[in-house]
Amino acid sequence: MTALILSLKLAFCVSAILLAGGMPLAYWLAYSNWRGKFLLEAVVALPLVLPPTVLGFYVLVAMGPHGPLGTLWQTLFGHGLAFTFEGLVLASVLYSLPFAVQPLIASFESVDRKLLDASAVLGAGRLRTFWRVILPLSIPGVVTALVLSFAHTMGEFGVVLMVGGNLAGITRTVSIDIYDHVQSLEYAEANRMALVLLAISFAVLTMVYAINRQVGRQMGRRLWTPWAAK
Amino acid sequence: MDTVGGEVDSAMLTARLKLERRRASSSPFVLDVSIEIPPGFSILFGPSGAGKSTVLDCIAGLVRPDGGSITAGSEVLFDSESRVNCPPQARRVAYVFQTLALFPHMSVEENVAYGLNGLPQAERSARVEELLSAFRVEKLRARRPLEISGGERQRIALARSLVTQPRVLLLDEPLTGLDAELKAAIVDDLRAWNAAHGIPILYVTHTRDEVDALGERVIAMDHGRVVSQGTPLEVLEAPRRKRLAQAAGFENMLSGTIVDLREADGVMRVRLSESSCEIEVPLGHAKTGDRVHIAIRAGDILLATVKPEGLSARNVIEGRIVSMEARGTLIRLRVDCGVEFIVHLTPGATQSLELSAGKRVWLVLKTHSCHLVEE
Repeated sequence: MTALILSLKLAFCVSAILLAGGMPLAYWLAYSNWRGKFLLEAVVALPLVLPPTVLGFYVLVAMGPHGPLGTLWQTLFGHGLAFTFEGLVLASVLYSLPFAVQPLIASFESVDRKLLDASAVLGAGRLRTFWRVILPLSIPGVVTALVLSFAHTMGEFGVVLMVGGNLAGITRTVSIDIYDHVQSLEYAEANRMALVLLAISFAVLTMVYAINRQVGRQMGRRLWTPWAAK
Repeated sequence: MDTVGGEVDSAMLTARLKLERRRASSSPFVLDVSIEIPPGFSILFGPSGAGKSTVLDCIAGLVRPDGGSITAGSEVLFDSESRVNCPPQARRVAYVFQTLALFPHMSVEENVAYGLNGLPQAERSARVEELLSAFRVEKLRARRPLEISGGERQRIALARSLVTQPRVLLLDEPLTGLDAELKAAIVDDLRAWNAAHGIPILYVTHTRDEVDALGERVIAMDHGRVVSQGTPLEVLEAPRRKRLAQAAGFENMLSGTIVDLREADGVMRVRLSESSCEIEVPLGHAKTGDRVHIAIRAGDILLATVKPEGLSARNVIEGRIVSMEARGTLIRLRVDCGVEFIVHLTPGATQSLELSAGKRVWLVLKTHSCHLVEE
């Protein structure tokens, strides 16, 4: 049960951070005309193709007592970053970044540019245009970003194992817990945890589809599916 | 920033614009225009791709020209020499797009109030109320744009753009797709609003009907340049360019070679391509042997069933009716005279002359119904 609560806590933190940080990043990637934009796009998409162990390895090195992040954390907070909950959050944010940013980019880009022109001509600056026009019309993308980063963090395994290790109550998430149970042939325990994870995932996705159906009707938009946004 | 009460700010809009855009497939698009728009309706007319919308985008500040200047009254909105480039938010230029671009997630009232950010609530409501009633859409205030008709959406878009008390109004074919009656009703309301405000209104269109219906002043554009300006009659009756002539509704576009110049008579004879047919057209800047294009309106051609005599018209051409089809309130005939002519007649005339496909007829063209056009 501790593992499940830890996983939920981790997923909440990661989705919140990704939503706050992902929006400016996605806005910039969606609307910037900078010629080197493709470089940043590739960096953001990297976790999609990189083996979790590779990402985890580099994050672990950076967080280690001699790594840049580790030393920075040491001076700021007086303890290391590796094998802590904070370290786990940081690694998970990196790992789930494309799952939050890409749906946001897709939905920002799908907003009719003429609406943005109309807003500008009517005197609205960028910030007001974002809050009053772009964001309300991107609700499906925001919901997708939240759900995908939440679900992806709940289910991650490799990165957690590399960066967090397997410390009960601190870094032992539910997926690692299941793995442990299977390793020690406790199939009943593993099954219980796996079922809970399955139920949560299913419930969240059902909710998302229902919300989008509603939003789609209100705005007369095409029905959206989370997988099309990738 | 506002003109107070009924005070009228009668300011001229002037724009000198130069802009070059590279295009992947063809030669670069070059815009080079200089226009002056006094208060009241002016029409920017020309075929698709002539650069009309780009002119509006430049005036609104959505596109930055390479050079030139834009002023509204005494206010400089853009000037490449003194490096002034007022952002669209600060230009007080209202712009109604072809797609209208109403915010789909907001009610009609929220849409109209959008441009009034920062005003006290009471003034906001008063202004929104004024515009909703000026365009007769008070009853729709709680609806969303998707729940109302096309004509109503156009009224809302006008109300939304004018609520900010702009000094210029730009309209990019906002009334296309409406029937003539509805269009006239909306334009009347817009004229009534502008009677009190007197701002320059620049209306872009590529259809001749709208020029006839709205026009006081017409500026005709093609290939990024102003090709003529004046009253609708002046601009549309004598188009100097082929594409413009097509847009202006000249159904017959013929090409031919000059065989004879009769300067004393003020005419020249032109042999139409691929036929033995010769017609007389007004004298133009050309010499014998030059290839020319001639535009003739289908409605300007007379048709006779016996060979006419004793006419002032110089061009009488024999031919045969190829086909007849009803087009709304008129009949469209294709007549083969070696080259094919399109002729428009009323159903009454068609009946009394007992016309049918295959019948032998004579076409009568007045010299001055034949307009010389440039390529």
